[in-house]
Amino acid sequence: MQITVNGSPQQLDVDEDMPLLWALRDELKMTGTKFGCGKGLCGACTIHLDGQAVRSCLTPVSAAVGKSITTIEGLSENGDHPLQQAWIEHGVPQCGYCQCGQIMSAAALLSRNANPSDAEIDGAMSGNLCRCGTYPRIKIAIKSAASQSAAFYDAARTAEEAAS
Amino acid sequence: MSRETIENVDRRRFLRLTGLTAGGLILGTALPNTQPLWAQSGAANRELNLFVGINADDTVSIVCHRSEMGQGIRTGLPQVVADEMEADWSKVKVIQGLGDKRYGSQNTDGSRSIRRFYDTMRNMGASARSMLESAAAQQWQVPASECKAKNHTVVHIPSGRSLRFGELAERAAKQPVPDEDKLQLKSSDQFNYIGKPVKNYDTPDMVMGKAGYGQDVQLDDMLIASIERSPVLGSKIAKLDDSDARKVKGVIAIERLEVATEPPVFNPLSGVAVIARNTWSALKARDKLKIEWTDSPHQQHNSESYLATLRERVQKAGKKVTGRGDLDATLKNAAKVHKANYSVPYLAHATMEPPSATAVVSDDVCEVWSCVQDPQSVQQHVASALKIKPEQVRVNVTLLGGGFGRKSKPDFVIEAALLSKKLGKPVKVVWSREDDIRHDFYHAISAAHFEAAMDAQGKVTGWLQRTAFPSISGTFSAGVEHPSSGELDLGLTDLPYAIDNYRTETAPAEYHTRIGWLRSVCNIQNAFGICSFADELAHAAGQKPDAFLMQLIGPDRQVDPSEGEYKYGNYGEPLEKFPLDTARLKNVLQHAAKKAQLAPRSAQTGNSGEAWGIAVHRSFLSYVAVASKVHVAGSKLEVLEMYCCADVGLAVNPDRVASQMEGSMIFALSLALMGEITMQDGAISNRNFDSYPLLRLNQSPNITVDIVESTAAPAGVGEPGVPPVAPSIANAIFAASGQRIRDLPINKHLALA
Repeated sequence: MQITVNGSPQQLDVDEDMPLLWALRDELKMTGTKFGCGKGLCGACTIHLDGQAVRSCLTPVSAAVGKSITTIEGLSENGDHPLQQAWIEHGVPQCGYCQCGQIMSAAALLSRNANPSDAEIDGAMSGNLCRCGTYPRIKIAIKSAASQSAAFYDAARTAEEAAS
Repeated sequence: MSRETIENVDRRRFLRLTGLTAGGLILGTALPNTQPLWAQSGAANRELNLFVGINADDTVSIVCHRSEMGQGIRTGLPQVVADEMEADWSKVKVIQGLGDKRYGSQNTDGSRSIRRFYDTMRNMGASARSMLESAAAQQWQVPASECKAKNHTVVHIPSGRSLRFGELAERAAKQPVPDEDKLQLKSSDQFNYIGKPVKNYDTPDMVMGKAGYGQDVQLDDMLIASIERSPVLGSKIAKLDDSDARKVKGVIAIERLEVATEPPVFNPLSGVAVIARNTWSALKARDKLKIEWTDSPHQQHNSESYLATLRERVQKAGKKVTGRGDLDATLKNAAKVHKANYSVPYLAHATMEPPSATAVVSDDVCEVWSCVQDPQSVQQHVASALKIKPEQVRVNVTLLGGGFGRKSKPDFVIEAALLSKKLGKPVKVVWSREDDIRHDFYHAISAAHFEAAMDAQGKVTGWLQRTAFPSISGTFSAGVEHPSSGELDLGLTDLPYAIDNYRTETAPAEYHTRIGWLRSVCNIQNAFGICSFADELAHAAGQKPDAFLMQLIGPDRQVDPSEGEYKYGNYGEPLEKFPLDTARLKNVLQHAAKKAQLAPRSAQTGNSGEAWGIAVHRSFLSYVAVASKVHVAGSKLEVLEMYCCADVGLAVNPDRVASQMEGSMIFALSLALMGEITMQDGAISNRNFDSYPLLRLNQSPNITVDIVESTAAPAGVGEPGVPPVAPSIANAIFAASGQRIRDLPINKHLALA
């Protein structure tokens, strides 16, 4: 099977029903996507499949063939996505384990809605658990990143169009 | 595999995890006879140095020997060293210390890292600074008194010449280590980083997916193990049919793990391990195992009926622990006697990262990479399981995706070591969420009984507190029936109220599952009972809860709960350095009271369903008050807002202290509102986050945290925010609705909005 992760084609020799989570972590050694529950209950394994936030622990690798997969490692070149910067600025992470999934869920939200309301943030983020309790700072950081996200995605689109 | 191979494997992995580049020059510091294992490559067998190294490129390497689990210790301790040595924080590299008793305690538990090592870290930094200044003096041939370290350089004051730390490293390493009592520590007005919100060292890696946790460890030729463990403590494999499991593609081996489990200690549970090429194969094959388990003496255990038993036991006179005055007469002659019972269920840690350990065993050496809170305990217990010496176990501590006490227990590391030994290959044991919830070391189920005598004015003249819960000691020794004083000192015997007649008693409770310590430990049930019961008394007396509490706490004084034979532990610290100071307790209480609009229930008008509740508690030598505002509409509850005021002594990193308090509010909301582990027929009924829910972002209230400015010795931070939360919520619910919640979790009584 061939899948495309962060723009690069990857060959996999695994069972078709292997969740993308384990393909990424065990086969491709990309461990930024975290294992939290294996049942789609905690969001630690969130990735983007064609721009949509999905739980990689429930997504069989066969379902990702022909689609574009983005993981935390591919969210930005140098950690300069507005959300990553806001996470640093507001000191969001404590243990940090859930934060890749949090950021991926938030990035999917901001990519389609640069000015989310409190309710929209609640809606997009309530599937991501944080045992350390960083929710108040996650809310603050999403709002502070939101204002810069439009420029970030415009620039990304321009770059993409120029490349094609 | 030879010893050499292992070290090479280790070095590659270790360098990757820590980012340490080889070949540094190492500075001697104030602790003699120590050599950091992390610096072996460049340290050339110097007999020195634990915590500080300088590279020629000007990088200062600082070892953090405590485990990072979200409390920010890999920033907090190094920032103290960097400050004292005048290092530039942007040039600091933090190196995670291996397990090694020469560091002193690495048991990252009990909110101890800063309070136990603040002075040591200052000495380490000051010692390094002094050696750099001596080195510069030697190079310039001037008196050392004319040389001063400043911002990563040493300046010759009269001439203005300067040398970078990197330029001085080699010469500095040859200076004699200064005597500890001759070190000149900075005054607080000279601090660059101590007391400042230095940004967390690991955050950039965390937000890019580069931070390495226990689950993330990758070694060449590594196999993955997933283990089906006995559902009931003490039961063993009676019959195993693994024929279907063996047919799953990728399965390498199926192994039995049988280790003695009574008392449980940190031993692995009996289980069947599926070892495969990847996690998915291991999980799939494990599902196909057919196992029958032997009967166990704990087979009949049922948490609901056990709690009923504990409730009955606390109604009867128990074993006296501490007491003063004549309580029985006071209760008999009181104008009013108020009684209540409280309970808290079993609780699980549910760290976001399920436990995981990777081990390589060969010949007589074991190398481990794992998310552990106490690497030296890992050395001991793995050595004992493998029948080797602790020094033969090398423990690399990864980042921990949450700890809360779970990762102090190295059962999962022993599993990896035993399996690696059997297979002769590196093995990573991956716990699933279900494994984590079903095979924890649980916070004890508990029941408590309180009685108070009040005079006609509502003043409390007598207080009885009686508790029953299976002791953590039962995890380690057979026959334990009562809690240890170490557990009772967590918020029960140190009752800070000015009451002339009181008594603390315990009733027996035997264990039926592995009992462990969970963030703030017995303070959870003790503070829930005490702070709720005090609120009951305030309303019974028709007084404002804060005013009532102020009077109950009484005059400014330092309380010593020791009595006769009974010696109060004070979290292992002397009362002279960390007194139980009622003025500080009242101070945080008053801050919270200012935020909350409190009133006796009897004086409330209108029926908005909204009200504040308050609770104040000292634990881990820190003082925390919490005010919570709730809305109760019919049988529905919403937590609207929380305020926390914390006095933790000197806050080394106020932003991390604030984040710990925010996190504690939410951690404790989870346990107060929805936390409950239930057991039936000796087995845990809960499975995953659907049956052991945690608070979610949409349920998270607005939280404000105030940190009291203080020059007192830095005290605990990670845990003391937790205990006052549950009673503040229960007290708010009473103020809002008249319903008194005495049995957690609250969602048994009210639906969460």
